[in-house]
Amino acid sequence: MKFSEHWLRTMVDPSLSSEELSHLLTMAGLEVEELDPVAPDFNGVVIAEILSSERHPDADRLQICRVKVGDGEPLQIVCGAPNARAGLKAPCALVGAVLPGFEIKRAKVRGVESFGMLCSAKELGIAEESNGLLELPADAPVGRDIRDWLALNDQLFTLKLTPNRSDCLSLLGLAREVSALTGVPLTIPETAAVQVTHQEQKAVKVSAPEACPHYAGRVIRGVDAFAATPDWMKQRLERSGLRSLTAIVDVTNYVLLELGQPLHAFDLAKLQGDIQVRMAKAGEKLELLNKQTVELQPDYLVIADNGGPVALAGIMGGTPSSVTAITTDIFLESAFFSPAAIVGKARQLGFSTDSSYRFERGVDFAATLQAMERATQLIIEICGGSAGPITEAVSELPARPAVRLRRDRVRRVLGISLGENEIAALLQRLGMSFTQTDGEFAVTPPSYRFDIEIEEDLIEEVARLYGYEKILPYPPQAKMTMLADNESHRSALAVRELLVANDYQEVVTYSFVDESWERNLAGNTQAIPLRNPIASNMSVMRSTLWGGLLEALIYNINRKQERVRLFEVGACFAQDGEKYAHRTKVAGLCYGNVVPDQWDEAGRKVDFYDIKADVEALTRGQARYIADVHPALHPGQSARIEVDGVPVGWLGGLHPKWQQQYQLSSSVVMFELDLEPLLQVGLPCFSEVAKFPPVRRDLAVVVDESVPAQALIDAMHEANVGVINEIALFDQYRGKGVEQGKKSLAFLVVMQDTQKTLTDEDTDAAVARLLTAMAQKHGAVLRS
Amino acid sequence: MQNLEQILSAAQSDFAACANIADLEQAKAKYLGKSGALTEQLKGLGKLSAEERPTAGAAINVVKQGVEQALQARRDAILDAEQAQKLASETLDVTLPGRGRKQGGLHPVTRTLARIEHLFHSIGFEVAEGPEIETDFYNFTALNIPDDHPARAMHDTFYVDDQHVLRTHTSPIQVRYMQAHVARHQQLETMPDVRIIAPGRVYRVDSDATHSPMFHQVEGLWIGEAVSFADLKGVIADFLKNFFETDDMQVRFRPSFFPFTEPSAEIDLAFTSGPRQGKWLEVAGCGMVHPNVLGHVGIDSEKYIGFAFGFGVERLAMLRYGVSDLRLFFENDLRFLKQFA
Repeated sequence: MKFSEHWLRTMVDPSLSSEELSHLLTMAGLEVEELDPVAPDFNGVVIAEILSSERHPDADRLQICRVKVGDGEPLQIVCGAPNARAGLKAPCALVGAVLPGFEIKRAKVRGVESFGMLCSAKELGIAEESNGLLELPADAPVGRDIRDWLALNDQLFTLKLTPNRSDCLSLLGLAREVSALTGVPLTIPETAAVQVTHQEQKAVKVSAPEACPHYAGRVIRGVDAFAATPDWMKQRLERSGLRSLTAIVDVTNYVLLELGQPLHAFDLAKLQGDIQVRMAKAGEKLELLNKQTVELQPDYLVIADNGGPVALAGIMGGTPSSVTAITTDIFLESAFFSPAAIVGKARQLGFSTDSSYRFERGVDFAATLQAMERATQLIIEICGGSAGPITEAVSELPARPAVRLRRDRVRRVLGISLGENEIAALLQRLGMSFTQTDGEFAVTPPSYRFDIEIEEDLIEEVARLYGYEKILPYPPQAKMTMLADNESHRSALAVRELLVANDYQEVVTYSFVDESWERNLAGNTQAIPLRNPIASNMSVMRSTLWGGLLEALIYNINRKQERVRLFEVGACFAQDGEKYAHRTKVAGLCYGNVVPDQWDEAGRKVDFYDIKADVEALTRGQARYIADVHPALHPGQSARIEVDGVPVGWLGGLHPKWQQQYQLSSSVVMFELDLEPLLQVGLPCFSEVAKFPPVRRDLAVVVDESVPAQALIDAMHEANVGVINEIALFDQYRGKGVEQGKKSLAFLVVMQDTQKTLTDEDTDAAVARLLTAMAQKHGAVLRS
Repeated sequence: MQNLEQILSAAQSDFAACANIADLEQAKAKYLGKSGALTEQLKGLGKLSAEERPTAGAAINVVKQGVEQALQARRDAILDAEQAQKLASETLDVTLPGRGRKQGGLHPVTRTLARIEHLFHSIGFEVAEGPEIETDFYNFTALNIPDDHPARAMHDTFYVDDQHVLRTHTSPIQVRYMQAHVARHQQLETMPDVRIIAPGRVYRVDSDATHSPMFHQVEGLWIGEAVSFADLKGVIADFLKNFFETDDMQVRFRPSFFPFTEPSAEIDLAFTSGPRQGKWLEVAGCGMVHPNVLGHVGIDSEKYIGFAFGFGVERLAMLRYGVSDLRLFFENDLRFLKQFA
């Protein structure tokens, strides 16, 4: 909502500066987004008349003008504007005037003295472009300051109105609000009923009374469609952001801005028979004023004549019945359409109009006739013509049931204690009528307020007018109880910090990704698509974090980063029947050298086992790694990760084909885990520390290449040798002394008995059982 | 006797000439070895008379002690020198950098959220979470935004299907939490206060210099028997003061409209010092939870009352750290991210 301060001040004129008025509105909930002067600062510019002009002797494009600027002697001014001519009235900057960016001095132009400057609109800073001098009407008073005459000291307010305040979508509404806030009385434009001078009427039949509880129309005959819109009206329209069109349309727009009531004028000659207000019938079509032809749906309210729909009620008129240059008689409509009948319809059609915007939020249903009279009055004033009687169809207007307001509830909600009289005074200023008994009010909101339905709505009004800033902040009081703190659960932040400690940088990538990331990296051809994605590379919901991580990797490689270690924690999505499953995952990616370039370290590229150590830290050594294939990963360097037998994620090198496709010069190692299992850390549980010394034995065995180390460890554990405390691999060897196709794996075995010191016999027996188990299950042979 | 003194001085100068322990041991043999000079002297005592022997023996012993002392002194000196040389050869350039991996860093949004959670935790707010693909009901209807309500136009919504959207705000978490809270405490005459903050990603169809299609909000909610707008102002003022660690700040509550709160307010702050001095900056929306929202989850709005607020996390991070462009948070440029490590 944009409006001119001058216009507002014709209705309410508090002694506040523009800035103070702006602050007042903002702090009352009518946020002023912009406050712009109509014209930049300048002075010394008056209305002038060119008395004569002659060609400059030494310059083809310059003219020497004699210019009258007031009562004194005419001035000689050299002017280069193509439209400078005798008889023209235009603004003239006198010597000493300060214009935006420069000062006017006495000057010699190609040898001819010049005492001022005739100005274009651009030179005054009131237009972006202009072509020659600003031409003023013939009746412009010579000598008058141009700022006064063009009302350039005006300010333009742009409001960001919230959807509940439809009552402020007019100058009258804003004036009412300012009056309530300041106590300065309101001057409402006079709207006496226009004298009816003929009796022609058009019958109106409303068959959708709920959608249109009040319809009023009147015939105005003999209007001059060519009449010029007066300057004062043009100026107010333009300063409200509306372009001046024809006089009749201008009047309807003007009344819309002034009173907030949308109106529509039909060309009477093009209406056939009676007016009907009804729901559209399937198959009906209408060409709208914006040239869009719409197929009407049965839930669209239309104005129709005997030939079919002529307007989309409350939204936009139709082209065939619109007022044109040859119109002589009009049918003027002022109606109240219910918000429910209008809401959403314009949006479905892909536009919004000033009319639909107001009707869907609520228009004052008590002002229908007032607006009709006001528009009639202005049309007759400007275009001539004679008005017929108003035809009305009225059914049940919206009810305004009284809303209860309790003083005690005001105190509970706001935390301040207001007296009954104080509350009553605030309600009065808002134009609310009420009855009052014993700390309780029954309040009837005015017809222009559509946002007062419950007690809290009134409490907000009371608070707003009282002033939010006067409600002092209060340190809250509450019962002191501690929050639960589950020790066997760690926070996602703790997991993040562990990764940070292990040299990973956290990133945040979009939850919607390119469909190809999902297909390539997750083998997911069923990714959840968005209906209205913002871009094609953000069109499906991710099921893996790897796409975003790779994208971030590539972004940073392109910015000359050679070593990149990233992680992200975020939700991943999957279709789950009618629903959508969310799973929070943590994923990491490493690229480049295992450590930053540094002295005395060969630059080794990061590999599977480097990252596996990080995953082991995340899973606190509780996970198992099973060779398996994944669409994103190198088939020989890929492990499914399980915790307690449940798959929780993947670890591996990026598949070389993706590495090539994404043009990565060295390999990438990545992991992805479900977050939830990582958060379960259990409670420490004490077990007896043995008093007897542990015994360590090292076992090196030779097995086939194909036997995984884990299988041997499992075999040893499964042998159930009671005294085993720890088994760990500490070496892998291939080469001299080990047959081709075989490998040697060395394990350390720590043995301990809590009851006694182990003897050599005990440990020998235990080792023998371990070796037997490995030999039987995997053909392992003790390395000699 | 003359001879003894000569032996001592000869030994002293021999020892002094030794540069290492091996030489010293050889020199030692020359005096204290089996056929060393002093050993010979002791052997010579047998030729003396019983009267002369003690005196002569004592004299030899004095010299022997002198030789041994000289030997020990020289031995210590040599070892000290060797130690000093070894230490000198082991000296490091302590200014060379340490080896190994470095540390990574948290994303500034995580860092900011952690700070917000920590501050609210300190006055008893628990963290709650909810789904990002949200039903139309929780995202809109339960928050008093019915179909076709003009307020829906305020949310440029990503649709997944007819019934599901990407949540446009973190407010649906309020509703889900309150439902669960009511169910959990239905046996009690008076349910305990609801006091939560709900951080998370939210989505809007909007992308330019000041809008990202994905960003973070943190929702706060406190419902109890006596929680007022004045309390809301108190909590917010306390939070902002502690979040920015300054008192040089003004906070104002400006009437506004949200379908799920009534009365509603926007929260603006202005720093009274520093580069943004005097400029009002919008940081949050808030208000008293609308009775319809409480009604939807089965809370009696006559008995219980409370407030909700929602902060833009990136907005707070930008103000806190002086970040100039919202898009930086999602470009994931390491040169940007490492500034928050």
